Amino acid sequence: MPEMPEWGRSWRLHPLVQLTLVRYREFIREPEAMFWVFIFPILMAAGLGIAFRNKPAEVSKIAVLTTAHQADSVVARLRRDSSVVVQSVTDSGGAENLRTGKVALLVIPRGGDSVEYRYDDTRPEARSARQLVDDVLQRGAGRKNPVGTRETLVREPGSRYIDFLVPGLLGMNLMSSSLWGLGFALVDQRRKKLLKRLLATPMAKTHYLASFLLSRLTLLFMEVLILVGFGVLAFGVPMRGSLLVFATICLLSTLAFGGLGLLVAARPKTVEAASGLMNLVMLPMWVFSGVFFSSSNFPKVAQPFIQALPLTAANNALRANMLEGAGFAAVAPELGILALWLLIAFPIALKIFRWR
Amino acid sequence: MTRLALSLRGLRKAYGNVIAVDGLDLEVRVGECFGFLGPNGAGKTTTIEICEGLNDPDAGEVVVLDRTWARDAADLRMLLGISLQETQLSEKITVEETLTLFRSFYGVRGRPVEEAIASVELGEKRAARVGTLSGGQKQRLALACALVADPELFFLDEPTTGLDPQSRRQLWDLIEGFKRAGRTVILTTHYMDEAERLCDRVAIVDHGKVIALGTPRELIASLGAEHVVEFAMAESGEPRPGEEGLPDAALASLAGVHGVQRENGTVRLRTAHVHQTVPALLQLLQARRVEMSELRTHTATLEDVFVSLTGRHLRDA
Repeated sequence: MPEMPEWGRSWRLHPLVQLTLVRYREFIREPEAMFWVFIFPILMAAGLGIAFRNKPAEVSKIAVLTTAHQADSVVARLRRDSSVVVQSVTDSGGAENLRTGKVALLVIPRGGDSVEYRYDDTRPEARSARQLVDDVLQRGAGRKNPVGTRETLVREPGSRYIDFLVPGLLGMNLMSSSLWGLGFALVDQRRKKLLKRLLATPMAKTHYLASFLLSRLTLLFMEVLILVGFGVLAFGVPMRGSLLVFATICLLSTLAFGGLGLLVAARPKTVEAASGLMNLVMLPMWVFSGVFFSSSNFPKVAQPFIQALPLTAANNALRANMLEGAGFAAVAPELGILALWLLIAFPIALKIFRWR
Repeated sequence: MTRLALSLRGLRKAYGNVIAVDGLDLEVRVGECFGFLGPNGAGKTTTIEICEGLNDPDAGEVVVLDRTWARDAADLRMLLGISLQETQLSEKITVEETLTLFRSFYGVRGRPVEEAIASVELGEKRAARVGTLSGGQKQRLALACALVADPELFFLDEPTTGLDPQSRRQLWDLIEGFKRAGRTVILTTHYMDEAERLCDRVAIVDHGKVIALGTPRELIASLGAEHVVEFAMAESGEPRPGEEGLPDAALASLAGVHGVQRENGTVRLRTAHVHQTVPALLQLLQARRVEMSELRTHTATLEDVFVSLTGRHLRDA
């Protein structure tokens, strides 16, 4: 130490600051925990975002039987359209390609102006290829559309799957890192008798528990920044609501999940017992709370239960804020549910906490 | 009247059917180094944890530094320096960070972290993570955590258990340093050499009770003999070794012998005069045609006191 510290005066030597620093150091010196909290959600968002990305309009692969009459003019006409890829085939190759799905449709010119379409009508891409080819050929032959149409394309961020997913992943991440981060560390310290040793000092119990919540909040900031930053930069996920409302939702969710974490960790003496409890608490929320798909898919009778879960409240509020720009008034019910969880879990956890 | 650092009256604690502490009375004076010596499971840790305010007695009175846990817990936590038997400090935190954390609990009281690091000789390991320390270094760090409180009273539960001889000696030097600084030290141990070397007074504890109390010298003197002669009889000897071949009475009447004890074919004689007892013993064995396979003599230790009181050894009791 460079100079004599002034114990009891310098803020850095306050027990709450020291306890929080130790918590924080324990976390950042654990590479595995860093991976699960920071990297894993990004990998998941990236993977799912790519898998379910909105694909550009597909091109249809078709084949034209060139041994027929006037095949050349049919091929030339179809080649002028960019939405079909035309293959010239002979008799046997055409049937083979159709059967194996290499082409969706086989066009057989039948002399004069007539053609035969050969395709499997149970395959969606075959049906759409037939419409497309027919359209091109009819227009090429001089068909006029009796109804005038105009097309406006809507590909707006906010309605894609990745936009739905990122707030859900954020909610899930807030839950699991709060529960694991708090629960695991507390039970581990109890098992190692470190809790007992600390209890033998004049340390305030409230400082001890508060340090866990405080270190969670510091990490929360980084977690949110990384995951949401990734969603915004890589996928253009919108952030339409006010940042203040967004921060409030994150903060209250973390506190509510932190309260749950304390409650789960209040009694167990072994890490195994604690993990069992944590999975018991988290599993229903992973399934029901609308992380990967909307929770409205579940039957009506289950909805009151599902809506009361803290992760459902967190996810709904985050989505409303990020995607629809909801303000405090709109997310008030969700914030209320989160606050209620905090107010129930935290005092019970304190009451039943096993210190020795 | 000398001030008392610790006073226990009628202390009792049971876990279900198991009685850990069974009516224990004790007084420790300020400035003393006091040891609880006893085998594992004798109730030492339960007793010391009750004194530390980490466990509640079922019955009895505990006064520590003129204070009680019921009224003055906050005060007491400031005044005590504690090392528990099994604490594992956070492995990812460095020596200096650990001590700074512990130091922060004691406000303006307490000693600088630097001083604590120096006195346990961990200067070179200051920036090392706890996980990289050896057993002895960890135990010294645990003592340093007690030291930063600058306590009036140290409670050390098995401070050297599981350490190699060199690390044990280092810790003994440290604890002797606490004594020289005029601090009261109360420790538990199941090593008789540790108790003999460090403690001004020793309470020998067995089954939750104090079965002997005094300075190590007094306790050894209470045997009435300062030496122990141990011998074993060869199994093939004729007549058969045992009571019938060699009655206790014959052994007890040998010159200088104050007591006879048998254990697994080994006979232990307590004696004031080895030079008289050994020749007499050899004579007796020859006359009785008992063949001897081993013969050992040593100066009596606290272990012998424990053996003579309980018939068991400290280690395997």
